[in-house]
Amino acid sequence: MPVRSSGFARQGWLLAVGSFATLVAGAAQAAEQKHGLSGEKASFPPFDPAHFASNLFWLAITFAALYWLMSKVALPRLGSIMEERAETIGRDLDQATEMQAKAEDMAQAYEKALAEARKNAQGIAQAARETGAKASDAQRHATEAELAAKMAQAEATIATTKTKAMGNVRDLGSDIAAAIVTKLTGQAPSASEASAAVDQALTRG
Amino acid sequence: MAAGGGIDPIHQFHIAPIVELKPFGIDLSFTNTSLWMVIVLAVVSAIMIYGSSQRSVVPGRLQSLAEMAYEFVAATMTGVMGKEGLKFFPFVFSLFMFVLASNLLGLLPGSFTVTSQIIVTAALALLVISIVVIYGIVKHGTHFFGLFVPSGVPGWLLPFMVLIEAVSFLSRPVSLSLRLFGNMLAGHIALKVFGGFVVVLLGSGAVFNYAIAPLPLLLAVALTALEVLVAVLQAYVFAILTCVYLNDALHPGH
Repeated sequence: MPVRSSGFARQGWLLAVGSFATLVAGAAQAAEQKHGLSGEKASFPPFDPAHFASNLFWLAITFAALYWLMSKVALPRLGSIMEERAETIGRDLDQATEMQAKAEDMAQAYEKALAEARKNAQGIAQAARETGAKASDAQRHATEAELAAKMAQAEATIATTKTKAMGNVRDLGSDIAAAIVTKLTGQAPSASEASAAVDQALTRG
Repeated sequence: MAAGGGIDPIHQFHIAPIVELKPFGIDLSFTNTSLWMVIVLAVVSAIMIYGSSQRSVVPGRLQSLAEMAYEFVAATMTGVMGKEGLKFFPFVFSLFMFVLASNLLGLLPGSFTVTSQIIVTAALALLVISIVVIYGIVKHGTHFFGLFVPSGVPGWLLPFMVLIEAVSFLSRPVSLSLRLFGNMLAGHIALKVFGGFVVVLLGSGAVFNYAIAPLPLLLAVALTALEVLVAVLQAYVFAILTCVYLNDALHPGH
């Protein structure tokens, strides 16, 4: 999280310098008085005012330098580094989500293409099946027609043969009848009489 | 180190000038305290500035350390004061790092603890309180003094409450500076006393004393670990109390 320094910092500088100057002066005065009172007995060093002025002076310098270095160099730089990192991470995450969305789209497109191809294949198979069935039907019909024609022909042949045969039988019958009549009566009937008699017998049954 | 045959545990706090410097009759000599202040400045700057000089998105060790310090202080400040308090971030950060580095560097053998000088901790505490008072008055005017008037107190009790609040406010810089100073001073004296025991026992010549000499040594080791904890904790306490006080300046209403 980046942090910005404020306008108050400038007032803070004045405050710091002023208060330190006052303290240094006060400490120096205290040191003078202390030296005036006694000098021989070494006091506890942290409470010895002789060093207060020097300590304050150098603390002011070092702390001011530290504050300046931190507020002007280190902290803005670290803030920008962290901001940049947060941005980079955010950008990478965005990119990743984008990529993922793209991958999902592609997967969907693939699925769609696959389904379409499957449907097409089914259609083609159906069509092939239908044409095959039609072709075989046609062939069957042709064969059946051929066979029917052949059968009709055969039946016709049979019929003619039968009529011819029947004709022969009648002729033979009339011949035989004429011969029988001749043998019985000794008188040959005419051909027309014989055939009429045969016809009569045939119709009688 | 040895004073009158014994070990002087106070010697470590003795201030000795390195470079004499006396402008206008004021003793501003560069002493061992000053030297260690400069070392503290150098160490903190090295970590924070050199550490962040790579500006790498994936941080190295030193940069991680710098970032950890940054985020720790920023999190502490937002925790106490909210986002608004981050306007004091450079100040609190400098204060925290200065105290932390002083405390920790002071634990090195032969070093000098800057924060064991009451004038140093008092100056830092006064700096904090001055910023609180001046920022509070600049930002909120007389409303800032509402800090001393708790709400919902019966009228006859109000003067006492104001008095108590005022005393508690005035005691803040005292407690803030004495807490840090006392912890550092006492810890170092205790370490020195136990370290001194080891030397005295070994130097006594009696066999029994040789036998028990490791005991204070062990204690000194344990105390050193404790002092590391105290050093970090006191820096944290100093920083978080600074945040609490600054929060009063930001939001004076109780």
